[in-house]
Amino acid sequence: MNIWLNFLIDSLAFGATFMYGSTGEILTEKAGHLNLGIPGIMCMGGAGGCLVLNMIGKSGLPGFLIVILGILGALTLSMLCGLIYSFLTVSLRANQNVTGLALTTFGVGLMKVIMIKLDATVYLVGPKQLYRWPFAGRQDSLQCLGVLFFLAVIVAIVSSWVLFRTKAGLHLRAVGENPATADAVGINVTKYKYLATCIGSGIAGLGGFYYIIDYMASQEAYLSLEAFGWLSIALVIFALWRPHVTIIGSTVFGVLFSCSSYITNISWIRVTMAMKPLLKMLPYVVTIIVLIISSVRNKRENQPPQSLGLAYFREER
Amino acid sequence: MARTSETREPLIHLSKRSSIHPLKAWMIRLAAVALGLALCGLVAFLLIERLRANPGRIGEFYYTFIKGSFSTSRKIWKYLKNLSILLCIALALTPAFRMRFWNIGGEGQTLVGVLGCIAVAFYLGGKIPEWLLLILMLLAALVCGAAWGLIPALFKARWNTNETLFTLMMNYVATYLVAFFLEVWVTNGSGTLPKQKFGKLPTVGGQAYLLIILIVLALTVCLYIYLNYTKHGYEISVVGESVRTAQYVGINDKKVVIRTMLLSGALCGLAGYLIGAGLDQSITTESAGGQGFTAIMVSWLGKFNPAAMVLTAGLIQLLNQGAAQISQDFDVSGALPNVIVGIILFFIIGCEFFINYEVHFRGAKQKAGKEAVK
Amino acid sequence: MEKQLALQLRGITKRFGNVLANSHVDLDVYRGEILAILGENGCGKTTLMNMIAGIYFPDEGQIFVDGREVVIRSPKDAFDHKIGMIHQHFKLVDLFTAAENIVLGTREEGRYSLKDVNARVTGIAHKYGFHIDPQKKIYDMSVSEKQTVEIIKVLYRGADILILDEPTAVLTPQEITRLFDVLRRMRADGKSIIIITHKLHEVLEVSDRVAILRRGEHIATVNTAETNESQLTELMVGKKVSLNIDRTLPDHPTPRLDVTHLDLHSAEGLHVLRDISFTANGGEILGIAGIAGSGQRELLEAIAGLQPQITGDIIFHNPKKDKPVTFFHKSMKRVKELGAQGMFHDKNMKPVSFDGMSAGAIKKWVESGDVLFKEDELIDLKAKTPLEIRQLGVRLSFVPEDRLGMGLVGSMGITDNMMLRSYRKGRAGFLDRKKPKELAEEIIHDLEVSTPGVNSPVRRLSGGNVQKVLVGREIAFTPKVLMAAYPVRGLDINSSYTIYNLLNKQKESGVAVIFVGEDLDVLLELCDRILVINSGAVTGIVDARTATKEEIGLMMTKTDRARKEDA
Repeated sequence: MNIWLNFLIDSLAFGATFMYGSTGEILTEKAGHLNLGIPGIMCMGGAGGCLVLNMIGKSGLPGFLIVILGILGALTLSMLCGLIYSFLTVSLRANQNVTGLALTTFGVGLMKVIMIKLDATVYLVGPKQLYRWPFAGRQDSLQCLGVLFFLAVIVAIVSSWVLFRTKAGLHLRAVGENPATADAVGINVTKYKYLATCIGSGIAGLGGFYYIIDYMASQEAYLSLEAFGWLSIALVIFALWRPHVTIIGSTVFGVLFSCSSYITNISWIRVTMAMKPLLKMLPYVVTIIVLIISSVRNKRENQPPQSLGLAYFREER
Repeated sequence: MARTSETREPLIHLSKRSSIHPLKAWMIRLAAVALGLALCGLVAFLLIERLRANPGRIGEFYYTFIKGSFSTSRKIWKYLKNLSILLCIALALTPAFRMRFWNIGGEGQTLVGVLGCIAVAFYLGGKIPEWLLLILMLLAALVCGAAWGLIPALFKARWNTNETLFTLMMNYVATYLVAFFLEVWVTNGSGTLPKQKFGKLPTVGGQAYLLIILIVLALTVCLYIYLNYTKHGYEISVVGESVRTAQYVGINDKKVVIRTMLLSGALCGLAGYLIGAGLDQSITTESAGGQGFTAIMVSWLGKFNPAAMVLTAGLIQLLNQGAAQISQDFDVSGALPNVIVGIILFFIIGCEFFINYEVHFRGAKQKAGKEAVK
Repeated sequence: MEKQLALQLRGITKRFGNVLANSHVDLDVYRGEILAILGENGCGKTTLMNMIAGIYFPDEGQIFVDGREVVIRSPKDAFDHKIGMIHQHFKLVDLFTAAENIVLGTREEGRYSLKDVNARVTGIAHKYGFHIDPQKKIYDMSVSEKQTVEIIKVLYRGADILILDEPTAVLTPQEITRLFDVLRRMRADGKSIIIITHKLHEVLEVSDRVAILRRGEHIATVNTAETNESQLTELMVGKKVSLNIDRTLPDHPTPRLDVTHLDLHSAEGLHVLRDISFTANGGEILGIAGIAGSGQRELLEAIAGLQPQITGDIIFHNPKKDKPVTFFHKSMKRVKELGAQGMFHDKNMKPVSFDGMSAGAIKKWVESGDVLFKEDELIDLKAKTPLEIRQLGVRLSFVPEDRLGMGLVGSMGITDNMMLRSYRKGRAGFLDRKKPKELAEEIIHDLEVSTPGVNSPVRRLSGGNVQKVLVGREIAFTPKVLMAAYPVRGLDINSSYTIYNLLNKQKESGVAVIFVGEDLDVLLELCDRILVINSGAVTGIVDARTATKEEIGLMMTKTDRARKEDA
């Protein structure tokens, strides 16, 4: 395959990791909660999926069932994390930043404890091929475009549709913008915050699972996962809180992040090894620039949700 | 009257406490830590086979927490050193937090501090006297840290750019900046910078870590004084509490934001200096090791009070080191400390709710109401 | 008119802490009528309506809708009983369009389609004569448009009982006319409309019946056709109550603060201060009376330097004639400047010139007390920040309405709050807590502030004690002008009298006191003159010793239109 096409597809596949992460984070932020626990949640999602696969990887279950059970495993653990986060920040009105950071500490740690006990020959080797359907077995980067990749695109589009085209999305956005108003018109603020956070966490968890089982498909993949959780939070800003934009955004981030390994192959661009980290820095720099531009332009639609980071207590006014 | 009065009011009613006795607040926190530890025991039971095989060792499990930090003098020194570095970053973040500026960029500000100081050591080491080198390293660390803090502050003051997200991104810019310099400095492709020969903080009193501990101790006292007894500290408190009050008495809130973030960044730079010149003599992208994030929790748990933060940093470090000892003694993954610290943090974070709010149940009030009707 | 009961309140009582907001209120509302609820500020109108709308839950009493007892625990319950309230502070999501806000929180069958919603909104607007673009974003809307959205929001939910809290407060006369047309059309459609207002003229113009509340109690309900402005005013303000406040005759009042042609537009583009001119004299208390939100807050903030966009002049008279120049409030630079302008003379009335003198020599001369001011100083406070005003030596104290959000820092103790004004003095860099602590102890002792200690956070003090701390601090800096906005709001009788006495003492010592109040009895007994403000404009300045409550009440409540029609 053409090296450029290969590169592009690789970026696309890589991007799906943070497509999940940031779609999940967008749902949470739209409910007014800045969840810095996303890296931990993604890790837990990965661990949950692998844990299930470790049990059924070598069983004689039909392939599609293994795929689905793995996904359910990822969803369960990551949504449990989301539940912890929402209980602390919504019901107990704890500081969101601190809770999120604690959750990341916890999630990353627990994932490592779990993953080290799992047997890669069981959870990875066999199931990997199932998840890489329909391109399993290919040698180029197309092999990574598996079930979970397409699911990521669908989830991003459906999330956008729900957020911007349905009543539930309207209510959710109202909760994140102005919970007092939402409360006054009879929207159950607590319910929406819980749902958005838990569903968002579930989606983010799939990102971690995808990264381990499909994109990297290696035994050490889980060790590098946390960094992409943080990149997902950056992507939220880059996508201006619109899930469908994360499809493009994640590709751009993927290109910027992985171009360093391709760019050195091209003779007419003189790139030293030293340039690699600078290229990897680009997604964050671009995110900062987007953040600055959107605050300077001050266009209302491109701002973070207005009550982001603030706990809601009805009797406080 | 078709409906019974039970349907009238919600089951649970919350209200903000106007005040709580400090003793009661500390009892709640203590209870939370105890509950957290109990849950840790349960989790440990699930995760550690040896414990499952022999439940009697659960007492040993808790004892190991203490053992991890205090069983030998080497461990005590290590404990104090780690505590100091963590506390230093937490202290640095505190002025910003007091101003309600959510600086979660401590990690990056510390890392560029290390970078600045190691850069000076790398280029000037051996070419100038050691004392001058150490001073220049310090200056470089302070300036780099301050710059990293200043950038988000400028945008916050001018365009109200979200500081939480901005400082978070700056952490990763710092990480890759370090990676870049490592590529430039290390030509053999190994990616690790060997220990620098020059630019090492002197040993005081025969103890390798004593100087660092003393510096951070002094910083704690200084910052306590700065925040509580100086005009600047006073202005920070006023701006943090209410920008309107600040304007009412003629405080320029934007100036205070910028000045405070310069300080916050510079102190993170100092922490970077202690790491670079005092401990590592080298730099990796992991030089700050996530302590910039842990420090946020230390500062928050300590209610942004430097004196209390000594305790919270001590507690978190105790948990860290104790849990590490458990991983060693019980032969489990090295990531266990994170799990244990995470669980206990959840409990401490959650318990603040019971300090700030009062929970009323419907029953009690209804009874009173019924009697009044009779 | 067939009289069909829509809503009945029986024995509604609500307490906030020790304050009784509503006491055994009975009220009937019929179908197809406009009922006005009339009363002074703080008489419990809004609290009462909030209980119908599900914001508060009554402590006692029953609510009947269409003759059936109902329990209203939340706004949603209220909507289920077809009750909708349009609050004074709009509850809209700025980022959403009108239609999105209107449909928010409704539960409808079928697919959600903004197109259908837009069409339905346009339908409702057409039926009652509103003008609205359903796709316009709220942040692009004027206040009147936002209000329209709020009303349609309530109608869209099928409300039959509409409560409007001071709907005209934010509207222009043309917009008010349009709103009233809409209300009449809704009445014709069989809806019950409850409108909370202070404006008598509007009450008479639009309502069928008027219910008057005073101090949380329902005083009377009268048919609009059978009443007039003076009867309503009398019912609203009640009989004059004697308060026994010591009031001395002003001793040689001299102009201290001259405000001329002061004009201000708010950030939202509202005309909040309209061409205000008055003089505050030293040695007297100037009261400011007006309905809440008529521009009192903005006026005081403008004088204190917190509203930089004002036009007009605010001149402060510093009574310095023949008094020695000091460095207490003036810098050397400023003294030199004023000297060069020929502003000083010595004891023998000879002009002072600093030409060719060294700074040290000037300092020595000034400190000898031989350099005197020739005239009173005139200082323009316009476009000055609070700090600049202070540095100019203007001793202006301001007790703002928002005590804990502006005047004090709630989490700090009394000592630290004393420092807010003075912390810049003293040793470079460090705070001097000694004097503030002495001051704090003095205030605690003199004003009988009950507090666990000088360092316990003022947020935990009761309202009266908080106010004593704030007023005590502002007085401690020996002001020449003392402005106090609603200084007794929420205070018990004893604390209120402490504050009245403090203000009186300030007046007797020659301070120009500006007192913004809401209780007309207090204003009439405490002040020497009363300035009445109405919709940001001065409608008159009266002598407090001869004016009557009704007279002031009318000046406060008559609208522009009413005045023009009277003329």
